[in-house]
Amino acid sequence: MQFVLLKYESPEAFAARHNDKSDAYVGAWRAYYKALVDAGIYVAGDPLQVPETGTIVRFKDGKRHVQDGPYADTKEQLGGFTVLELPSLDEALEWAARSPAASYGAVEVRPLEPELKQRITG
Amino acid sequence: MSEGGPDDTLRTIERVARESYGRLVAYLSVHTRDVAAAEDALSEALLTALRVWPRNGLPQNPEAWLMTAARRLIIDLIRHQRVVSKSEPTLLLLKEGSTEMSLTTEFPDERLKLLFVCAHPAIDPAMHTPLMLQTVLGLDAARIGGAFLVAPKPMGQRLVRAKTKIRDGGLQFEIPDESELPGRLEAVLEAIYAAFGIGWDDMAGVDRGGQDLTEEAIWLARVLLRLMPDEPEVRGLLSLMLYCEARRGARRGPDLRYIALSDQDPKRWSVSLIGEAEQHLSAAFKYGRPGRFQLEAAIQSVHAERASSGRTDWAAISAFYQQLIRIAPTIGTRTGYAAAVAEASGPDAGLAVLDTIESEAASSYQPYWAVRAHLLQQLGKPEALDAYDRAIGLAEDPAVREFLLNRRG
Repeated sequence: MQFVLLKYESPEAFAARHNDKSDAYVGAWRAYYKALVDAGIYVAGDPLQVPETGTIVRFKDGKRHVQDGPYADTKEQLGGFTVLELPSLDEALEWAARSPAASYGAVEVRPLEPELKQRITG
Repeated sequence: MSEGGPDDTLRTIERVARESYGRLVAYLSVHTRDVAAAEDALSEALLTALRVWPRNGLPQNPEAWLMTAARRLIIDLIRHQRVVSKSEPTLLLLKEGSTEMSLTTEFPDERLKLLFVCAHPAIDPAMHTPLMLQTVLGLDAARIGGAFLVAPKPMGQRLVRAKTKIRDGGLQFEIPDESELPGRLEAVLEAIYAAFGIGWDDMAGVDRGGQDLTEEAIWLARVLLRLMPDEPEVRGLLSLMLYCEARRGARRGPDLRYIALSDQDPKRWSVSLIGEAEQHLSAAFKYGRPGRFQLEAAIQSVHAERASSGRTDWAAISAFYQQLIRIAPTIGTRTGYAAAVAEASGPDAGLAVLDTIESEAASSYQPYWAVRAHLLQQLGKPEALDAYDRAIGLAEDPAVREFLLNRRG
């Protein structure tokens, strides 16, 4: 079963990627990544650029609408994702708790929808 | 009727609910085996108390009042379900004395039977502790789920399933006979210790809503000791938890920095808790029946001696671990043994012990990697960095992560 771990980060956490705290930030994520790979459960993942770089596109009333992101006006914004292959939600929650984002932000665990994907990509 | 304003009344309800919850659930479910119905009836009775007591004043015996009210609700429920033929004996048992509210008489403490049912071999071991926390202490599914890292809804469903099994699966509310007792008691002790372990990890600053599970576990062990005063392992468990609890505050610096046991200032340990732990441990050893929890407590007692002697007798700790491994060769025990051997005989010797642990068992066990990294670093080996990464990647507590990142360099 595949799960995606969506990490939500505060502006301070986004800033920590590049300021004087960046060694600790990168170190924690590198170690977490290694633990996922060593456990043989890592499928894919990537960090996202800061929310302000987002652009939102809609097609409505026959017109294109484009506006600056982020999409939702919340304190914690989507900062990246990790896809894991695990037997059940219980294990996914274990790994979510170990995510560095769990202590400075939040981690949302969502199962993927392989059947729908199959119908789409079939 | 007693004196006291509405605030006093609320506090009394809270106190009675906490102290009597398990006693009442146990008493109300011991014959019906229907724990869920007992809990429902009790929460209903508590709600009634919240309404009636502030208005009419406290009853003379609040616990008996709650018991009587809850029992009536259960009788109504059974009548309502119209399964009279099957429930007639139960109904009669429950009805005894129910017409005349006996507000002063004591009722028997059936919590021991409830504890044994919660840790019954027919119940999924992963549910032993959650069931105890809910039925004996009255914790809700959200709180338990948080501690066990399970979302509230599925945790609630698992609890319901376990209770249905108790009711419909013919599980007996009884104290196991002598032949069965050691194994069954061990399951009860394990479940209590699991609650403590979760609280212990959480206290480290990871807020999963379970910080004071350590206190709940100690409370459960005290209840168990009152009910089984002659089981040395019960005392051993209580002693072990008290030794650890004594160091609770010393695990963090003023800046919330993580402080490893060997760097802790013994002046910050609780003298009174250590004293109590020692009393229980020596009382337990008098029975001459050592066991897992007595040995684990003995290891903690050696650590505690540093408060007076200024040093840690690692040879003694290693020896206790060796005995412990014979009884409980868990990954935790073996990792602890490796760390003790390293302190007593050097990092090489410690690594040799670590190398005997199967890599599959070790792969996601954080303390194994933390110890391994530390020993490799002492030996100046470059593999230390990889081991540190594994330990950091598996850590949940940000303070531990930071501590290891600093050590890794």
